[in-house]
Amino acid sequence: MNDAAPAAMRSPPGPPQVPALAVRHLSVAYHEQPVLWDVSWESPSSGLAAIVGPNGAGKSTLLKAVLGLVPRLSGEVRVFGRPIAEARRRVGYLPQRASVDWDFPATALQVAAMGRYPRVGWFRPLPRAERERARAALAEVGMADFADRQIGQLSGGQQQRVFLARALALEADLYLMDEPFAGVDAATERAIVEVLQRLAAEGRMVIAVHHDLATAPQYFGHVLLLNVRAIAAGPMATTFTPENLARTYGGRLSLLEQAVAAARAGGARVAGPAGP
Amino acid sequence: MTGALLDALLFAGGYNATVVALGCAAFGLAAGSLGCFVLLRGRALIADAAAHATLPGVAGAFILAALAGWDARSLPLLLAGGAISAGAAVLAVGALTRGGRIRDDAAMALVLSIGFGLGVVLVSVVQSLPVGGQAGLKSFILGQAAGMSAFDARLIGGLAVLSLLLVALLFRPLAALCFDRDFAASVGLPVRALDLALLGLMLAVTVAGLRAVGLILVVGLMVIPAVTARLVTERLGVMVALAGVLGAAAAWLGAGLSAAAPNLPTGATIVLVACAMFVLALVVAPRRGVLAFAWRQLRLSLVVARDHALRAAFEAAERQPAAGAIGWPDLGRGAGWSAWQRAVLPRWLRWAGLVAERPEGGVALTPAGLAMARELTRRHRLWEHYMQSAGGLPPEAAHRAADQVEHTLPPEVAMEAEAWLRRHDPARLPPAGGLIRPGEPETERGPR
Repeated sequence: MNDAAPAAMRSPPGPPQVPALAVRHLSVAYHEQPVLWDVSWESPSSGLAAIVGPNGAGKSTLLKAVLGLVPRLSGEVRVFGRPIAEARRRVGYLPQRASVDWDFPATALQVAAMGRYPRVGWFRPLPRAERERARAALAEVGMADFADRQIGQLSGGQQQRVFLARALALEADLYLMDEPFAGVDAATERAIVEVLQRLAAEGRMVIAVHHDLATAPQYFGHVLLLNVRAIAAGPMATTFTPENLARTYGGRLSLLEQAVAAARAGGARVAGPAGP
Repeated sequence: MTGALLDALLFAGGYNATVVALGCAAFGLAAGSLGCFVLLRGRALIADAAAHATLPGVAGAFILAALAGWDARSLPLLLAGGAISAGAAVLAVGALTRGGRIRDDAAMALVLSIGFGLGVVLVSVVQSLPVGGQAGLKSFILGQAAGMSAFDARLIGGLAVLSLLLVALLFRPLAALCFDRDFAASVGLPVRALDLALLGLMLAVTVAGLRAVGLILVVGLMVIPAVTARLVTERLGVMVALAGVLGAAAAWLGAGLSAAAPNLPTGATIVLVACAMFVLALVVAPRRGVLAFAWRQLRLSLVVARDHALRAAFEAAERQPAAGAIGWPDLGRGAGWSAWQRAVLPRWLRWAGLVAERPEGGVALTPAGLAMARELTRRHRLWEHYMQSAGGLPPEAAHRAADQVEHTLPPEVAMEAEAWLRRHDPARLPPAGGLIRPGEPETERGPR
């Protein structure tokens, strides 16, 4: 593992024009069925970007392919201008909450602490100071009081916050989040949005798969519209247009009309901290 | 028999018996702790398939050794053969399921039966070979600690201790792998290598257990202590340590028992001892046990009946402020108490100081009972309004839905519901300090 030279990689993100994430001609297929086809996209170097598209559009797969969790057919991935293997320390992944078994015997603090091991090493107990950092990450998402609770006894929203705390504990510069708002209550959604905005304000890049067309323009400044191919990408205000949404969602008209209405309704409330 | 058992358990049965008991215990320790990871990674079935698939390897190694003129009873040789065929079985399951060709469970059942069937055929071939020691092969199927040499026991113990050390070393990476493989891979853990290491350890522990426990039951000593430990703890570290201790105790006790009683197969005895521990934990485990579960159910039903009674009393007083005391039957019937609740609840309510008998007969709420009843009523009506306003339920359905959530949802959720109402439907809430009005017209409510 690349335990050496973390200091050099922890240095500031470099010149601001380097995109946090760049994929070029990325293709992925499961059982000969293309899931992503020739996707090219450069994210901003910091801020909040949403990946939006219909079910089966390859949104989660894009994140997994970037991280090397699924094999790529072709294409290239650069994280802050480097191959992913050299930039793992700067990337934090938030998987879908439903992808793990929450009956696992662990406390919220132990899960958050998993975000510290990549820095400390996996072969010794976590030093006290590192444990405190994991606890601080829990506090950042409002879960300090639940540190010693078994994760199976938490509500869905609380579990999602624990996942977020583990990602925060990584202290990454680029976060890849798979549906951070899926199945959470309104209070958790607000808390997560606040954390994301704080990350962006600190100069980090957050790329999130997002399902809710109504809130996408409120929360995110940048968007990648994806449906197997990259349909459009750019600042939310100029990219999240009815025409582009129509091309992304194809012939599903009723959904499309909702999307357009949502975009118009949400567009009025854009700006704010989520701006590009 | 008791004397022989004591001898076996207290290592008084001579050097050989002591070494055998220690070897078995070391195997149990390794199997129990590794079993936790096998279980959490969802590998219990493949461990069983691999164990059954050791037989063709063991028998094949015997045949090869006999043909080559070596000592066909050499345990290292037989175990190596078993490990090779079990490893091949694991690879076969992987190949069969790759790309969704065959479902996991079908592939494992396939490999298990093919491996075991092939093994049984080879064992019968062995019987026709003109060498000695064929009978020993049977002990690999059901396990036989008796007659094990000190050398064999040390080999088994060594294998187990080595596996245990590796489990301890890989503890955190394995935990990360079992909980969330994608995250582990995303931070650069070599998840493929870790999965292979877990399978390799599983094979090592399996073949270590073959001679004493037998291939049919060896998976039991990986699974049963782990499941037992999981019942009594929510911490992985405690679970792994406890499962190891339970596995060691079961193996040691079981080996001692089977050594003391003639013809008692070791493997089955060990597994039954482990099973007894499991049943005990299943009954008395603090949170997941059957008793704890029954107690929680009982308590909840009492709390619900108590709350309904208090609410009924409060609402009765609200309708007829001058009515005064209520009789226990009224209180119970109004709240729908069952027979046993009628026996228990009056005592509990009096003991908790929520109601007091009145000298002139009947009972009345104490000030504490009144405060509690008022709060319960308020919360119930809050949920009724919330269900109607946010959920669009008709009043009757909202009343039932409120009944279902008000006893189990924590107070902070009720406060969120109240905040929601304050934002979206403030007309349903009373001015500061007042009591919320019922969520449905009085006439529809009535006694039910």
